[in-house]
Amino acid sequence: MIKGGSRTTDKLLMERSVADRTGTVIPPLDVPEQPLLSSNLLRSNLQLPEVSEPEVVQYFTNLSQMNFSIDTQFYPLGSCTMKYNPKVNDEMAFLPGFSNIHPLQSEDSSQGALELLFKLQGFLTEITGMHGVSLATLAGAHGELAGVLMIRAYHRSRGDHSRTKIAIPDSAHGTNPASAAMAGFDVVTLPSDNNGNVDLEALNRLAGPDLAGAMITLPSTLGIFDENIVEVCKVVHESGGMVYGDGANMNALLGRVKLGELGFDVAHLNLHKTFSTPHGGGGPGAGPVCCVESLTPFLAAPVISSIAGKYSLTTPEHSIGKISGFHGNFGVLVRAYTYIRTLGAAGLTSISGNAVLNANYIMESLKDKYYLPYDRRCMHEVVFSADWQKTRGVSGLEIAKRLLDYGYHAPTMYFPLIVHEALMIEPTESETKETLDAFIQALINIDEESHQDPDLVQNAPHTTPVSRLDEALAARRPNLKWQAAD
Amino acid sequence: MTSTGHFQSHYIPNTLQEQAAMLATINARSIDELFADIPVAFRNPDLNLPEPLSELEIQKELSGFAAKNRVLSSGPSFLGAGSYNHFIPSIVKALITRGEFLTAYTPYQPEVSQGTLQVIYEFQTLIANLYEMEVANAGMYDGATSLAEGVLMACRVTRRDKAIVINSVSPAYQQVIQTYCQAQGIEIATSSPSAVSPTQETACIVAQYPNFIGGIEDLEHYSELAHNSGALLVISSDPMAMGMLKPPGEYGADIVTGEGQPLGIPTSYGGPYLGLFATKQEYIRQMPSRIVGRTVDTQGRSGFVLTLQTREQHIRRERATSNICTNEALYALASTIYLSAMGKQGFRKLSELCYHKAHYAANEISKLSGYTVHDANPFFQEFVINCPVPARKINQTLLDHNILGGLDLSDSTYSELLPSNVINGMLVCVTEMNSKEDIDALVSVLKGIE
Repeated sequence: MIKGGSRTTDKLLMERSVADRTGTVIPPLDVPEQPLLSSNLLRSNLQLPEVSEPEVVQYFTNLSQMNFSIDTQFYPLGSCTMKYNPKVNDEMAFLPGFSNIHPLQSEDSSQGALELLFKLQGFLTEITGMHGVSLATLAGAHGELAGVLMIRAYHRSRGDHSRTKIAIPDSAHGTNPASAAMAGFDVVTLPSDNNGNVDLEALNRLAGPDLAGAMITLPSTLGIFDENIVEVCKVVHESGGMVYGDGANMNALLGRVKLGELGFDVAHLNLHKTFSTPHGGGGPGAGPVCCVESLTPFLAAPVISSIAGKYSLTTPEHSIGKISGFHGNFGVLVRAYTYIRTLGAAGLTSISGNAVLNANYIMESLKDKYYLPYDRRCMHEVVFSADWQKTRGVSGLEIAKRLLDYGYHAPTMYFPLIVHEALMIEPTESETKETLDAFIQALINIDEESHQDPDLVQNAPHTTPVSRLDEALAARRPNLKWQAAD
Repeated sequence: MTSTGHFQSHYIPNTLQEQAAMLATINARSIDELFADIPVAFRNPDLNLPEPLSELEIQKELSGFAAKNRVLSSGPSFLGAGSYNHFIPSIVKALITRGEFLTAYTPYQPEVSQGTLQVIYEFQTLIANLYEMEVANAGMYDGATSLAEGVLMACRVTRRDKAIVINSVSPAYQQVIQTYCQAQGIEIATSSPSAVSPTQETACIVAQYPNFIGGIEDLEHYSELAHNSGALLVISSDPMAMGMLKPPGEYGADIVTGEGQPLGIPTSYGGPYLGLFATKQEYIRQMPSRIVGRTVDTQGRSGFVLTLQTREQHIRRERATSNICTNEALYALASTIYLSAMGKQGFRKLSELCYHKAHYAANEISKLSGYTVHDANPFFQEFVINCPVPARKINQTLLDHNILGGLDLSDSTYSELLPSNVINGMLVCVTEMNSKEDIDALVSVLKGIE
């Protein structure tokens, strides 16, 4: 789509700025003017743009149209659960009774908010089969940090200071080792076996008096449910360790199995994945932490309690402390509450069922054309490898870029790290069969192109607002803000 | 639920018939069969949740909860303390709820994410300008975690592990710093503003500007102290005050963080908010969180990408500068729209409104017998008053007049911040949202309680 005049996006805000234009009218001062602070405390210049309201609306609207999004494109980005984000969830979060309340106003004047949070705590512990939960963590990785800090605090509370290691599978998200390191642990890598499961022998070797715990993603990032998971938990427990569950892939498990019953001790949920709250181009999220009874006293503050029908914010007895400024990403929590209430147990169970069906449908339809390193039923996502296309000179990255030309967002590329040329596809439950069929056809076409016209794929994308960008240049000569030309 | 027990959610397009066709393609008899890897003893547990609701019903239920909360707009409010009631132009919500922004993921595929990436580049520019710093990142979770990450970064840069936190920093922020630092062997010492004494082992001095109780402290002094001992100056700064006050960058701050909520984000019971984070160019490789850079495409056209990613967890894993992944991109967008709409002149005028109204209120309250305004430091829009009776009682009376009073400072958490002559302290916040009428109503009720 071609745009002209002020509606083009090639000029940045500061370049569009025209002296004396304004995007808002500030009301006049209605109190007597007060003496100003001494001038050495005041600033002399502030560089902000001067643009009118229509220009602001046009600029950002036109920028939005340079994005792929769930509402406009199929977005099968593995591990990110790009499902439909219901509009009613947003509408509820915007109710003035939720969006226009202050975190420090009295508990008496915020009982509705606290009641909602208390009930959400109950839903999440029920879904995970856990005992306690804190809603204070603001994203998945933030939940991980809280969870591993809880494991640390638990061991230390028992006088056990020798547990310095956390075992993490080689297929794990990067946030797992990064969170464990922030919590002061040494990370030891747990290899996967030939079926994509945790290598039990390796785990047995690692399990000892210095093991604080293991961080396990279930299903794994290979999209596989580890049949040995109960044994994995048992081995960790027998050595005195705790099992952390990365709930990034909970969309596969809703209503099908409870983490707490399998032996997990503490787990975070990504409400912005499984529970449909919008990703917003990279947040906000929310990463509530659920745990078994023995870890509940260590939860991050605050948690919501209820005594005789009155709800209040409380600090658990041995809390790892406050981990965010107030009580969590409330607006996100309202959305997740709305989602769970809309679906109930039957709805949530059909979510996981359709998510897993859709992924298996893609897997079966493409496994003749794309190499499938773990040829077994997958859960909510399927990980292919572009190794076959690579022999024709076409990489996973190029296939991903070519998909953009077909109007589909790329799968997650080169992750998990243990799969060569990985292409990780997660369709979610909210796509039609027509979309899945068309997407499958696009990947079949791209495979065909890798035979007939590899150049076409190698130089993709061809139809996007910009072509392949020079990332090396960006890193070598960082240009991180607009500056007036000298 | 239908009589068959099947629940067809309106969020799932494929009908039973379509599902059956897909099951046939994959040679499965049922969806349940796809979950055969789950050990049978644990498969299909009871899930005890309330029955599903229609949208009509859910709107009723949620409106019921919402109605039990007192909304700020229902009467004058003088509560701040880290979450501020400011005006938000209509265009902010209209633009951030566009599906193309709202339902996009982190911009990993730059060719189809130029909208989000260009917005973040604009955001970095405006935040760097506000604080007068060389670079800003794409944002953090909130003001508290941003400051905690600032302390961790200062320790990495200086390779030291002791931080001095001025005791006038928000108590909540201090607790979050403690939580973030507890496991890394970083020693946190608090100090009163007048007794700061860094050593050659100090990684940073941490101050808030204006501080938690509204006061403007001598940043130049902290800057000198820090830099003379090879430490960094880490400041948490209210962006709204930047419309008037000399920015931390001019005082030589090395890392500036802040709570971005005042910039077009609703108070929303404490979140989602937005962490601001800026620093000097020389430290960018130690910065946490995403950063967007400008570059060119294969045809030489300007474009934007996530850059310096080798700092981040998905590449560097346990050696990353932070574990942060998802941040608050949508609210970085909101604040960018907000700052564009306010503009150079509007933003200054707005912060001046807050300043004049707050000083008018302080002045009027100081005239009341039994009340004193604690003004040892100059202030911007928040100040402490000492009341004749406990602030809790005052707040009750104010609420009877439909006024939300300031923060009751009687809790022991706050005792360290207050001078000994403040017995019944209340932290009062006045913004552009408070009319003269609101302020006069506050003063008149206070007068009645003397």
